[in-house]
Amino acid sequence: MSQAPDPSRTSHYVTDAFYAALVEDFSDWQTDDKAVRDRDLRDSCRAFLEREARLLDRHEYDEWLGLMAGECLYWVPATTAAGDPRREVAVCFDDRRRLEDRIFRLKTGAAWSQVPVSRTVRMVGNVEAFATAAEDVLMVRSNFLITEFRAGESRVLSGWCGHRLRRLGESFEILVKQVNLIECDQNLRNPSLVL
Amino acid sequence: MEDLERLSNAASVPDWDALVFEDRVHRSLYTDPRIFAAEMTNIFGGTWTYLAHESQIPRNDDFITTHLGLRPIIVVRDAGGVIRALFNRCTHRGATVCRREAGSAKVFQCAYHGWTYFNTGALSGVPWPDGYACDFKDAKYNLAQLPRVESYRGFIFGTLNPEAAPLADHLGPMTAIIDQWLDRHPGGRVVLCEANRLKYKGNWKLAYDNAADGYHVKFSHRSLLETENRLKTGDEKGMSFYKDAPDEAPMYVQYLGNGNHFKDKRPNIENRPGALWEIEGAHPGMESFEAALRQRLGDKADRALDLAASEPVNINVFPNLSILGNHIQVFQPLAVDETDTTWYGTAVVDEDGELEGAVDDVNALRMRTMEGFPNFGEVDDAVNFEEIQRGLAAQEDEWVYMHRGLDVPGRIESDARGVITAPATDEVFMRETFKYWKRLMAEPPPRQIRREV
Repeated sequence: MSQAPDPSRTSHYVTDAFYAALVEDFSDWQTDDKAVRDRDLRDSCRAFLEREARLLDRHEYDEWLGLMAGECLYWVPATTAAGDPRREVAVCFDDRRRLEDRIFRLKTGAAWSQVPVSRTVRMVGNVEAFATAAEDVLMVRSNFLITEFRAGESRVLSGWCGHRLRRLGESFEILVKQVNLIECDQNLRNPSLVL
Repeated sequence: MEDLERLSNAASVPDWDALVFEDRVHRSLYTDPRIFAAEMTNIFGGTWTYLAHESQIPRNDDFITTHLGLRPIIVVRDAGGVIRALFNRCTHRGATVCRREAGSAKVFQCAYHGWTYFNTGALSGVPWPDGYACDFKDAKYNLAQLPRVESYRGFIFGTLNPEAAPLADHLGPMTAIIDQWLDRHPGGRVVLCEANRLKYKGNWKLAYDNAADGYHVKFSHRSLLETENRLKTGDEKGMSFYKDAPDEAPMYVQYLGNGNHFKDKRPNIENRPGALWEIEGAHPGMESFEAALRQRLGDKADRALDLAASEPVNINVFPNLSILGNHIQVFQPLAVDETDTTWYGTAVVDEDGELEGAVDDVNALRMRTMEGFPNFGEVDDAVNFEEIQRGLAAQEDEWVYMHRGLDVPGRIESDARGVITAPATDEVFMRETFKYWKRLMAEPPPRQIRREV
C-alpha cells in the first residue's frame, strides 16, 4: 500500500481539481438561506477564531499551524473578487509547505521585514457561520481589525476573512483561510505579517 | 506644441559636480524634495519612461490610468487604434477626467462641470456653450498629451522630449535582451495579469539601484536562501549561486547605456530544457502539475516547465521598469521618501498550440512561482530601503558609496558598443547610471506637450 505524500514536503494536493473546488467553494456562500442559526455552533466558531487571533498575536506559529488541516490553504487575494488563482497571482497563496516556509523564514532571524517583529492586536467580530453541502464543513465570515506596531510606527489593517472549517469533535480545523484586505488591490507596505 | 522650458528650474540650480562623483553620490539625491521635484520633470518624462503594456489595452477604446512621474496619465488605444498618453487633467479647471484604473471608453467626461473629451484627447463639447464667447475648436481646450509615445514589442514608453531618439535607438543593446526574454515564450509574447503590489517609505532610486545589485543578495535575502533550501531535496534551489563566491560564478552584470542595466544569471544554469525548473524553489502545485504536464507532453514537458520557472535575469530600463524573473516590475515615485513597486505577473499565451493545450497548467504553476519572491524576498529589500532612508537622515555623514569594482585591475570590460560587463557584485552599473542621471539633471531635456488639432 502506498503512503499518502506528506504535504509538508511535496505539493500533490494542489491540482486543477483543487483550484476548481476552491473557486466553487468561495462563490455564493454568504447567503441568508445558508446562515447557521444554532447559537452554540456560532459561538464555538467565534471562540475558535478568537483563539486563532490570540495565537497569531502571540507569535505562537507552530500552535497556529496546528489549527490548519494537513492539506490546507492560506489565501490573501490581490483582487476584491478573489478571482481564479490559476490565472492571477495573490498577495499570499500558501499550501501547507509554503505556509511552513513562511513560518520557517520568520524564525530564521534574518527575515528583515519582521526584524523587529510586528506587535499586533487583532479584533475579530461580526462572526457569521454558513452551512455547506458537506455536513461537517462550515464557511465562516468574520471582520477583522489588526493594529500593528513595528519600527516606531502604528497602522491599522482591516478586512474580512472567509474560513472554511471542518468540524473536529468539539472544535475545528482550517481547510482554507481566505483573508480579504480592504486595500488588497493597492500597493501594500510591508505585507510580511501573517494575517 | 507648447514649450515648457520657461517653467522649468527657475529656482537655484544645484552644483551637480559637488553632488555626484565617480565613487559616490550625496545623500541629498535621496532626501531632498527639491531634487525629487526636478527628477519628476527632467527624468520622468525628460527621458523615455515606461507607461504600460499593450496587453493592458488590447482593444480600441481600452484604457488604463497611470502616472508619468507625478502627472496623472490615461494610456488609451483610441477609437482609431492609436496608442496615446493623455494628461488626466481637465483643461477647464484641472480635475481628473478619468477616475477608473482600467476600462473601455469612447469619451471621458469631467465629473465636475461636464466637459467631455473624445479618447483622442479632443474636446467633444462643454455644457451650455452659448455662455462662452471663445472658439472651442481652439486646440488649447483639448487634453494635453505626450508628444512621443512608442512601443517596443508590447512595452509602451512615452516622453515629453520631442527631440528624443526613437525608442528602439534609445534602448539600443537592451532590445536584444528584451527579445530574448520574450522569445522564450510561445509566439514571443506574454500578457500582463494581476500584480503583487508593494510600497516602501523610501526614495525611488533605492529600488532602481537594487535592481542589478548582486552584492546584497546573500545578506538582504538570507532568510529566502535558507528557506528555499530547508528541505534539502536534491539540487540547491533558487539563488544559491550567490552563496559562496558570486564574483567567480559565470553570471555577470552589464551596463547598456542611458541608465539601463542587466543582471544575467542564466550562465549559472545548464543550457538544456528542464535545468531552470530543477532549481526552482518549492511552490504550491509543483509536484501535481509537473506530473500532469509530463504525462501530457512527454519529452516536451521540460520546456513547458521552464516557462513556469523564474527566468534568471533582471532587465532594468531606466528609470522605472525592471523585467525580472517572469515579472514586469514598475517603480512609481510618490514622494522623495515614498515609492510603489508593482510586480505585474505575466501569463503565457499559446495561440499556435505549441504547448499542446497545456498553457493553462503552465500558467497555474507560473502564478505560484511568481508569488515566491515578492513574498519572501522583496519584503526584506523594501525594509532595507526604508532603513537606508532612515540612515540618510544623518545630515553630516554625507556620502553614499558605490565604488565596488572601481579601479580594480582586470575586473571591468567594455566592448565596441560601449557595453560594460563586470562580475555579479560589481557596482559599476550604479556609477554609470548616475552619470546619465546627472546629465539629465544638469542639462534638462526639452519638454513639450501636444494637443490634438
